[in-house]
This record gives sequence, C-alpha cells and structure tokens, in this order.
Amino acid sequence: MTMVTQDRSQSAYDVQGLNFRYGTGSSSDKAPWVLQGINFCVQPGEMLGIVGPNGSGKTSLLKLLAKVTALQHGSIALFGKPLSHLRQEVVARSVAFVPQDTYQAFPFSVAETVLMGRFPHRHRKIWDLGFGWDTSEDRAIAQRAMMTMDVWHIAGRSVTGLSGGERQRVVIARALAQNPEILLLDEPTAFLDLQHHIEICSVLHRLKLERQLTIVVVSHDLNLASEYCDRVLLLDQGRVFRLGSPEDVIQPEILRTVYRCHVLVDKHPMSGLPRVTLPSRNHQSGGP
Amino acid sequence: MMRTSRPPSTPPAGMLAPSTESSRTSPRPVDEQLFHQSTLTAARWTKVIGLLLITAIVSAFVCLQFGAAYIGLPQIFHVLFQGVAGSGELDTTATILLHVRLPRVFLGFLIGCCLASVGVALQALLRNPLADPYLLGVSSGAALGVSVAVLAGVGTTMLAASVLPICGFLGSLAALLVIYRLAASYDRLPIHSLLLAGVILNAIFSALIMFVTSIMDPNRSFGMMTWLMGSLTAPTYPGLLVFSLYLVVGLTLLLRQVRVLNIMAFGEESARSLGVDTERTKKYIFLVSALMTGAVVSVSGMIGFIGMVVPHAVRLIFGADHRLLLPAAALVGGAFLMIADTFARTFVSPSELPVGIMTALAGGPFFIYLLVWRKDQMS
Repeated sequence: MTMVTQDRSQSAYDVQGLNFRYGTGSSSDKAPWVLQGINFCVQPGEMLGIVGPNGSGKTSLLKLLAKVTALQHGSIALFGKPLSHLRQEVVARSVAFVPQDTYQAFPFSVAETVLMGRFPHRHRKIWDLGFGWDTSEDRAIAQRAMMTMDVWHIAGRSVTGLSGGERQRVVIARALAQNPEILLLDEPTAFLDLQHHIEICSVLHRLKLERQLTIVVVSHDLNLASEYCDRVLLLDQGRVFRLGSPEDVIQPEILRTVYRCHVLVDKHPMSGLPRVTLPSRNHQSGGP
Repeated sequence: MMRTSRPPSTPPAGMLAPSTESSRTSPRPVDEQLFHQSTLTAARWTKVIGLLLITAIVSAFVCLQFGAAYIGLPQIFHVLFQGVAGSGELDTTATILLHVRLPRVFLGFLIGCCLASVGVALQALLRNPLADPYLLGVSSGAALGVSVAVLAGVGTTMLAASVLPICGFLGSLAALLVIYRLAASYDRLPIHSLLLAGVILNAIFSALIMFVTSIMDPNRSFGMMTWLMGSLTAPTYPGLLVFSLYLVVGLTLLLRQVRVLNIMAFGEESARSLGVDTERTKKYIFLVSALMTGAVVSVSGMIGFIGMVVPHAVRLIFGADHRLLLPAAALVGGAFLMIADTFARTFVSPSELPVGIMTALAGGPFFIYLLVWRKDQMS
C-alpha cells in the first residue's frame, strides 16, 4: 500500500504560483480568477487558518489542497511530492477533507458513515467483489474516532435524522477514521452551538498536540483563527493579503482594508491573543 | 433485522475528557455488539440474502401454479423432475409448464432484478431516492433504439436476441448522456430538475417512438404497442440464456462498485476526498445501467416504477448500505415482478394485461405518497 512518506523535514504543503478559475472548458469563456499568485507553505504539525471575506477563494483553495478540485496552474507539493502526480487514493490516505455540504439523502447509520473513512485503506481482493468487509482494526479506529468526536452514543442513528451540528461531528469523525496526517476543514463550526463550537475547537487543538496532526481550517470566525491557529492566511480577492501569526494578521487596519468595515480589536482577557468585536449599532456607519 | 438506536454503553458526559493519547496507548475493546447492530456485517448479509433467496424461490413456485389453468404443486414437482430427467413425451400440462410458465417466471425474475439494481445504482449516483430508469426517460430511450431496429427489419430470431439489446443500450445511453450533462452542471441535481428532465426526455422519445410505430406495418405496430406498455412473453430457452448473460455481467459489474456507491451517496467532493475516482465511477455506472436497461427494454418494453419502489422499500427495512441494498433489491425486485406478472396473466384470464400496467398501478400512488408526504427526503 503506497503512502506519502512522512518526511518531517519537508513541508506538509508547499504551494507555488497557484492560479485557479472555474469553467476552463473553452478558451472563449474567460471566467475571472478565483485565486491568483498564491504562494505559501504549511509546516507539519501546524494549524493554519484561512480567513477572508465571502468570495475571496478560501474554499477553492482548500479544495485544491484536498485534490477535490483539479490543479490548473502552479504547483502544490504534499510532503515534497507533487500533488497532481499522486493518485486520489494515495492522497486520501494522508489527507482528510471535511466539506461544508454534508447532505445525505439515504439513511446510513452514524457508524456506517464513520467506517467509510476506512475506504482508502481497504485491502482489495479479487474474490470479494467490491464488498471489502470492515476488519476489526477498521472498527477499532472508527470507534476511537467516534469517541473523539462525541458521536459514539448515537452510532446507531441514521444520519438523515441528525441535527446540523451532529452531522458535522460525524463527518469530522469519518475524516479522523481516515487516520490522516493532514486534516482540512471547511467552516467546521458553522452549524454548531456554543458548547460544540468550543468542543470541536479544543478537540482540533488536542489532535494537533497529541497526534502532531497538521490542520488547515477555513473559517469566517476570526476569533477561532486567532485563538487556535499558529498562523493565519488572510485572502482578499483571490490573493494572499497577509500571512503570519494571529497578532500580525488580525489588526484593525488590515481588517478594515480587506473587509471594508470597522471592527474593534483588543486582547482576549484570558489568552492575550487578538480578539475581534463587531462595533455597536451606534457606530456602524461612522467609525472611530 | 432492523437497526435500532442503542443507548450509550459508555457515559456520554466527559466523553471528551479521555485524551486521544491515552485511548491510543490503551485501546478500548471494540464494542462489537454496537457495531453489529448499527453496521452491516458479513453475518447479517448472509442471513438477509439467504432469507430473500428463499422467499424468491418460494414465490417462483407460487407463481408457477397460477395461469389460465391451475397446476398443483405435486404436479409441478413431478413435471420438473421429468423435465430434468428428460424422459418421454410431454403432455399438455408439462408443455405449458416447461415451455410457457417456467421461462416466463424466470424472465420476470431476471427483469425485476435488473430494474431494481439499476434503480439502486442510479439513485446513489444522482443522490436521489426518486431516480428510476423509467422516470428518467432511460427506458424510453432504449425503447426508441429497439423500435428503430425493429423498423429496420431485425426480426424475432436469435439475431434479434443479441442485436436488440445493443440497440436498446445505445438509446438508453443517449438518455443517460443528457442526464449526465445535467448532473455535471450541478453539484447535486435538484429533484425537480431531475424529474423535469425525465418528463421532457420521455416526451421527446415517446414522440419519436410514435412516429416510428406509425410508419410501421400496422400488423406489427399493434405488437409494438403491447410491447411498449411493458409485457412479458414466454421466451425460448436460448433467448433466456442470452438475456441472463446480460444480467449476470451487469449485476457483477455493479456489485464490484457497491462500496464506492456508498461513498458516492455523500456527494462527489466527499467521495473524491476519500480516494474515489468519481469521473470514472460515474461513466462506469452509467454505462452498465444503460446496458442493463437496454437489455431489459428490448425484451419486455417499458416496465416502470420497480426501480424506484423496490429500492426504497428495501432501504427502509435493511438500511442504506449498498453492499446489502443492491443484491437485496435485486432479489426483491425479481420476486415482485414475478408476482406482478402472475397477476397480469390471471386477472382477466384467458386474456392478459401488460405487466407494466400492474407495476404502474402499484408504483404510481407510492410515488405520489413519497412526493407529498415524505417531502423531507425529497428536498
């Protein structure tokens, strides 16, 4: 079974000269660039937050990293190997992607869904057709993933009957069942209530510390990025506007240029990291 | 057999407290009990498939009894034994049983298998529980292909048995190409667009079929109409053999993809991130579906709703895992069509109804029920 060798001296991701746009069927339709001239590296064991306004290309960038969308221009290297040369299945053994759309039309149980994360690790045998029964190793890994994401107690329920937050956690559990080295998440806290918001963030933080998991998370939530990410990549209209530590990126001037509105930035009373607050309603139009 | 949700075996409170590190160094024993109840295991698979296989065989024997004349079970066994032994002259009852009823019951089973399994595959691919070769216009595409071939003079010989399915295949492929294009322009084809596409494809193909039948020799066009409504006629054994080859090949090819179908049901992006080559899979499934639909339509015309009703019912009872769903739906679909055809044969005896009428009468109301009362699933 081929794996991307985890050479810790290599960057987890090395992105160079990345350009991307949708609809490249014919040369006549020139869709606008979604991403332009993107260069950055992701170090192993780091948690990188990708933030930016709507339509700044965050999700497209994440999908390119996951090889869910095909690369057009530029290069992405995964642990030093060009992503475009790696087979989808090989990528799936080290990279797990949690999409925003987790819709499911059919009544799969939670346990079945999480076990699907073992698919890229399956052993193919010619005589078992496509069945590939789950081994007890698969079950153990799936069970651990379900416990980590707090969905073990709903293992028998159908995913169609879950709340948005529960489904989100199930899909993250499935991603963990892939035993990835890199976890890519698209708006993981979008549908979550406060309690599960905090829980998911702390689970991600713990996975980073304990399993040296590399995490790239796309989020609208600047405070999440500030509190949990080692570095923040701020996208604006498909370009890297700023990349650095939360203190470097989350500054009132920078946010005003990119988001075109005034926000309050102060220090979080507990962590001392930058904290973004929306202005009160009396100051929405004017500003300081 | 039905999965039940089970109360937590471990306390949910503080579930997050044990660190992932400690659970890695001292792995918990896998709770096989819970996995057994909430996922598909090889043991449960064998049990369910065995049960359904027995059900199918029993219903085959029930169907053999009924017809223009009733034939009792002891007589059936006697004739079957005689037929296997190949001894002596056949009397009338034996001829009816061996050359009319038996091949027809077999054919009904095979066609039901095909339609239900194609329905399962298309539903997973389009992420839509209403997908059905009949409703999507795939069957009428195949029917157009076959009727053009009949117009061109392909008769009812052995040649026809092998050429007509290919013509049907080309027709259904054309229909699926349109649906593939449509589905490619959306991430998930909304249900209404899908059904509209089916309505329009059906309208176009029906118009062309009517054109073909109207320029045909009137004697043959009546036969065409009966065939179009979906009817089974007793096939010759060589014909049955050719057809079952299509089924065996198609079903084997679909079974090879059951795990991939599970993953495709979560959407293409999700599937790709789990290592599935989605473009290849879509083409593969569409080609096999077109092949099977083409073969079915060339033999039995347009029999509707089995591809939608049967997978839906099986999914409700046995769960959504395609490893079980596909073969189970195939068996249930086969049994269902055998029984529906028995009704069609006996309801207005000695005359016959097209079996397509029976399945539409059973499936149509079910479809409306789904559309009106199960909106949550259709959104």
